[in-house]
This record gives sequence, C-alpha cells and structure tokens, in this order.
Amino acid sequence: MKRSFKTRGTIAATAAAALLLSSCGEAPEEDGEGAAAEEVDYKACLVSDEGGWDDRSFNQSAFEGLEMAIDELGVDSADAQSTAESEYGPNVDTMVQQNCDVVFGVGFLLEEGLREAAEANPETDFALIDSYFNFEEGEELENAKPLVFNTGEAAYLAGYVAAAMSETGVVGTWGGIQIPSVTVFMDGYADGVERYNEDNDGDVELVGWDKEGQTGSFSGDFSDQTQGREVTEQLLSQDADIIMPVAGNAGVGAGPALEAAEAKMIWVDSDGYESTDYGDIVLTSVLKEIGQSVYATIEEGTQDGFSNESYVGTLENEGVGLAPFHDFEDEVPSEVTEAIEQLRQEIIDGDTAIESENAPS
Amino acid sequence: MSASGSQQGMTPAPKPEQQSPWAEAEGRLSRALRELGQTSWVVTVLAVVVALVVGAVLILAANRDVQASLSYFFAQPTAFLETSFQVLREAYSALFRGAVFDWQAPSAARSIRPLTETMVYSVPLILAGLGIAIGFRSGMLNIGGQGQIILGATSAGFLGYALSLPTGLHVLLALAGGILGGAIWGGIAGVLKARTGANEVIVTIMLNNIAIYLLAWLLQQQWYKQTGSNQPLSSSVDESAQLFSLLGSGFRLHAGFLIAILATIGVWWLLERSTLGFEFRAIGENPEAARTAGINVPKATALVLVIAGGLAGLGGAAHVLGTEYRLAGGVAGTLGFDAITVALLGRSKPLGTFLAGLLLGGLRAGGVLMQAQTGTPIDIVLVLQAVIVLMIAAPPLVRAIFFLPHADGRPRIRRRSARRKTEASAATSSARQPELQTASTSKASSAEPPSAESPSTSTQEPGK
Repeated sequence: MKRSFKTRGTIAATAAAALLLSSCGEAPEEDGEGAAAEEVDYKACLVSDEGGWDDRSFNQSAFEGLEMAIDELGVDSADAQSTAESEYGPNVDTMVQQNCDVVFGVGFLLEEGLREAAEANPETDFALIDSYFNFEEGEELENAKPLVFNTGEAAYLAGYVAAAMSETGVVGTWGGIQIPSVTVFMDGYADGVERYNEDNDGDVELVGWDKEGQTGSFSGDFSDQTQGREVTEQLLSQDADIIMPVAGNAGVGAGPALEAAEAKMIWVDSDGYESTDYGDIVLTSVLKEIGQSVYATIEEGTQDGFSNESYVGTLENEGVGLAPFHDFEDEVPSEVTEAIEQLRQEIIDGDTAIESENAPS
Repeated sequence: MSASGSQQGMTPAPKPEQQSPWAEAEGRLSRALRELGQTSWVVTVLAVVVALVVGAVLILAANRDVQASLSYFFAQPTAFLETSFQVLREAYSALFRGAVFDWQAPSAARSIRPLTETMVYSVPLILAGLGIAIGFRSGMLNIGGQGQIILGATSAGFLGYALSLPTGLHVLLALAGGILGGAIWGGIAGVLKARTGANEVIVTIMLNNIAIYLLAWLLQQQWYKQTGSNQPLSSSVDESAQLFSLLGSGFRLHAGFLIAILATIGVWWLLERSTLGFEFRAIGENPEAARTAGINVPKATALVLVIAGGLAGLGGAAHVLGTEYRLAGGVAGTLGFDAITVALLGRSKPLGTFLAGLLLGGLRAGGVLMQAQTGTPIDIVLVLQAVIVLMIAAPPLVRAIFFLPHADGRPRIRRRSARRKTEASAATSSARQPELQTASTSKASSAEPPSAESPSTSTQEPGK
C-alpha cells in the first residue's frame, strides 16, 4: 500500500513540475493580428480516402497543396479523413453543409460521392483527384472538375533512363495494388525500356511487370514496408539493379533492400531524394504534382475562375515530370540526358504517344 | 474438437497434463466472456462515461489553442480553462449534432437527418453484432465477422447487379444470397470446429484474410465486376435490388433498419424461447453437461457459426444493397471488428446489441461532423470505442474508478486484501495442480473428472 502512494506522489510531483516548467510563459497580447487583413472569403475543403493525410503519397500531396493555399492565399479550410469506404459519401455531404466553396476528393473511390454531391449542390464546386467523373452519355456538370495525371509520360522517360543506366541489363518495377493509377506508371516504364532497346539495339529486360498481359509483382497494399522489401528482394534475385516501386509508403521498404544490394531506386509521386531517407540511391523520380494542381484550382476559385474543364497533368504543362538526378548527375552520360530531352519534346509534340489502357481517359 | 473433446471427457480419467496451456487460456477466456454477460448495466454506462473523459483529455491535448493557452497557464489560468471548455463543448456538441439532432441545421429535414444517419451506420453493426453475440452466448469466439460480412456483401452485390428481376423478388434474392454467403463462410469455421476441433478463433481470422483477397481478386475479374473499366470497383446494384428508402430523398435511411429490428427480435426468440437457442446456451455454459443431456454438441457448434455467419452476411448485404450500392476492396471497412465491440458492449443480449449498435453508429455519424467542423481528428472516435471495450472488459477497473462495491456486495479494499490472502495460500498449496484447484473452488459438482469441470476447456481446446 505504502509503495503505491509513494509512486503516486512521484507521478504527481513530476506532473506538477512539468506543468510549472511549461506554464510560465507570457500571455499573448489581445490585439496584434496582422495577417488577417489579406484573408479572402473562400473555403477550400478536402476529403481523403482511406490512406489519410500522412500516406506519403497522393493524399499527402493534396493536403500539402491545401496548406500552401491556406498560407499563401489565406483561404479558410476544412478537411476530413475517411477511415472506411462507407464514410466517403457522408464526409462529402458534411463538407457541403460546412459551406465549402470547393470540395476536393482524393482518389477514384470518391468519384460516386462527389458526382452525386455535385448534382445535388450546383452552388458548390467539386474537384476529383486521380480520376474522371463517370457521367452518363452527354451529361455534363458545370461544377465538377477532374484532376488527372498522365504519369505514363514521365514514367516513359524514367524507363529509358533506367535501361540506359542498368549494368546488369535487367531493370524492375512493382506496385502496391493493381489499379490503373499504379499500373499507368508501370506501362510507361515498360514502354521506356522498350524504346531504349529499339533506339540502341539493346537487350535490357524488364522484370516485375508485363504490359502485354497486364500482370506483375504487387505487394498487396500501400503501407506494408516489410512486404515491399520482400517483393524488391525477389526482383533483385532476378538480377535487376534499378527498381521503381509504385506503392506509396510500402515502397519505402525497397530502400534497405536496394541499399544492401548496391542497386538504385526510382521513386514516384514526389522527389524521393527529398521525401525518403534513401536519397543517395535515388536515381531519379517520376513526379506527379498533385499539390500544385490543388493549389492552382483553389487559386482559380478565389478569382471566380473555377471551370469544369479537366486538368490533365502532362509533361507539357509540367503536371508530371522527371526529377533531377541529384547525386547521379555526373554518372548519367550526356547522350542519355540529351536523348531524354529529345523524347520529352517528342511526347509533348505528340510524335511519340504513350499508349496504355490504364492512362486517364 | 467438441466431438472428440466430449468423448474424451467420457473416458474415466483424462490426465491433466494432456491439457495444453492453450486450452487453459481458452477456458479462462470463455469464463471471462461469460462473466461479462453477468456484469451490470451500470458498468456499461460508466464505461461510456470514462471513455468520454479520456476522449476529452485527448481532444484537449491535440488542440493547438489549448496547447497555446497552457503555455501561459500561470499568467492567465482562466484562459486555459475557458479555451478548454470551449473546445470540449464544440467537439462534443458537434458529435451530438452529427449523431442525434442538429439544431444549427438550415432546415427541419436537415435537423433530424443525423439521427437517421446514426441508424444507417448502425444497420450492419447490429446485424453482424447479433451474429457475434450468438457465438459468445454459445461459448465461441467468432472473430470472423469481417470475412462473413465481405462474403455477404460480395454475393448480395453480385446478385444485385448481375441479374435482372422484378423489384420485390430481386431484393429478396440478393438478401438471401448475402445470408447464404455469410452462412457458408461461418459454416466452414463451424464444421471445422465441430468435426476436427479446429480452434474457431484462428480459423475465422484466417477466413477473414481469405475473404479480403478473394474480393480483391474478384474485383480484377471482368465477369464479376461487369464495368468494362480497369478500376477495382463493381457495377452499381440495380434499383430493383436496392433496399427501399424509408424517408424519401434527402435521407439515406433504408429498409435495412427494419431488417435489423426484425433480426434483433428473431435472435431474442431464438436464444430465449427456442429449443435450438437453449442448446446453444447449454453448450456455451457446459458442453459436457449439454452432451450428457442429449444435445448433439458438434451439430449445435456448427449451427451456431452458420447462423452467426448468416447474420453477419445479412449485415454485409444490407450495407451494399442499402447504402453502398457497389463493391470495392474496402467495402466492409472495419465493420466486422466493430461488431465484436457491439456484441461485447451489448453484453451479448439481443436488445443490448441493438442499442450498442446504435451507440457505435452514432459515434461514427457524429465523428464525421466533429472532424469537419472542429478539426478534431476522427481517430478520437476510435479511441472512444477502444476505451469503452477496455472498460467493459475490465469491470473491476470501472468499479475501482467510481469506488463502487464489488458485484458480490463486499467493499472494495477488504476484498482485495482477502483475495491476496487466498491467492498466497493457493499458490503454495496447489501450484502443481491448476486444474484440480479450479475444480475444488468451482461450484459445479466435483464428482466429474477435472477436464470437464472448467466448462469449455473441452470445446475450446485446439486440435492436437
């Protein structure tokens, strides 16, 4: 009995000390809010899919876009993380009830919820990230804007670089779950490798994805890094020395495996040189500028310029792109960088088309 | 292993060392489960209160304004208290407005909509919770609600868009398909347990995983999803197969709620009034005695899980045909696991499960508004749920917090020291014979062999 009182006393003393230490600050002055002057009367709202805002992937990029708009445009905001699929509809509906001017939904799973809300609430604008709306024939809504990204274009360039830089003649890729927004990366990557072989009479092999048969290696989700490492090891054992994981957080699992095997990584979505701890093995990254597109949409909205025209991120409008080589700047031969530059131009001019059944359409 | 397990109980002298530590733990688990059913309603209510208090602390800790005001607590203590009060009032009033009645809504329909949303969320929780509750009452830990819901949703959804039938018939057929899907999934675990003594906890957990990947695979197959698109989403359920709306447009409340009410009454009748239910409860209380009384224990064991699976499958079907209308990989969310919470909270009684389903549905519905309006993380709702379960699972903890006497009427402190004494003497006298110790302290007849003494050791013991 005695002992428990003693423990209790210690805890109380510690808590009190902590309070004392942390609570001696000065109270703020009542007035003195300078920043409020430039605030605009606009409320931007964001609904996540099951990934949540810290998924190191598209939810997070979208949230960063919103935060940028809050900081720079002074817009009001609200956000809702969905923890289950049954919450998508109610979350969107609640956002409408919160008098949002624009409601973003992240991911194709929110398509139905957003479309129905857009039909019922013509006063509010809606933007869907990573998917088009499935309208009936001839139907069109003034207040529904899709933001999609043709990441295949940028992945094509990455595939070319990977093939050019591979020493073993084998490159690899794997995905989180087999959905179009993942496999479009893999299709582009496969085409890029193919292109390298054609142009240079090469024989670089791709493991982990078969574009023809649409089958390949998948880790099963976007969060399990152990599984990600497992899949990476499998591809490494097939001699691949440059691997592109397309799996959000699960892709981080490729890092330690590649580091141990002295292989290189191609990151996706954000610049992996900065966003992961494996910058020194990141050859390049396939960029998908979701945050930028969210910011741009909010900015248009604050200027009454919202339109239902779909935004398609391409190499041309820099909605997708290839990140710098960073540490590998000196190792990539100049003829490769030149070839990449030429390919980029070809794609922009439409001379080279990236064909993929998974591309946004 | 209830079949062979009960036969083993028949043999004159089963040796105690044959009992694996697993079986012992399982026995304890099911004893604890039965005790749960006997604790008072007061504890349930107090558990919710404790959860709200814990939630309040977390809401305050996560709030930036409160953090800021805490940093100058001694210069201006009122600021901290005022901010805290403000934040809590906003968060919990948003929770209430999102779940019950919204007095700030622009229209009357909007004001009462939250309550209907609570009902919508509660439909699959109640149905699956009833299934879990039947298992608990029969001494079985059915963790497979998730898989059974998925199978129910998968079959009901597919029948809903793949066939075209007249309105009434279509919805009935789809619901029946959902029940069948869940019942088969529960039945696999039931038959395995009845025939081979397989541990139902492990089997149902594994079946959950199989169900998740089965659905993921089906959603890659064009013959199944029938959309023509590459996205892992099925077509929408035909209008003729959708559960009709109870309140018209603007509300999502559907006939599934009526099904939930009917199912609650049905399960009450089954457990309290029918012979089958009596058999279920009997094998839960003491399978050995049930067997002696002429109950076919393996058959009843399998039936429990078939019916439990059918109810969970019906929950999945109502979820798809009433609210979701289409299948995606995460269609079941965490319903199957929340249903366990519901059954625990409802003390495995039909009415209790119904009310607990409404409470959890309310937390879900209210959490949406709380998050959107006050920026309180939705995770708080999960914490509330978790704390409620924790408290329910440990009634003495709740009693200690509120200085309540123990259920047997003795004051708390005396009981503790008394128990310590008995424990000490028990430890020295019979450390080597845990089974016999149980037998001598148990109120059941000591003439029976020790293994039959602890009621469900024989059913719960994993296959050897």
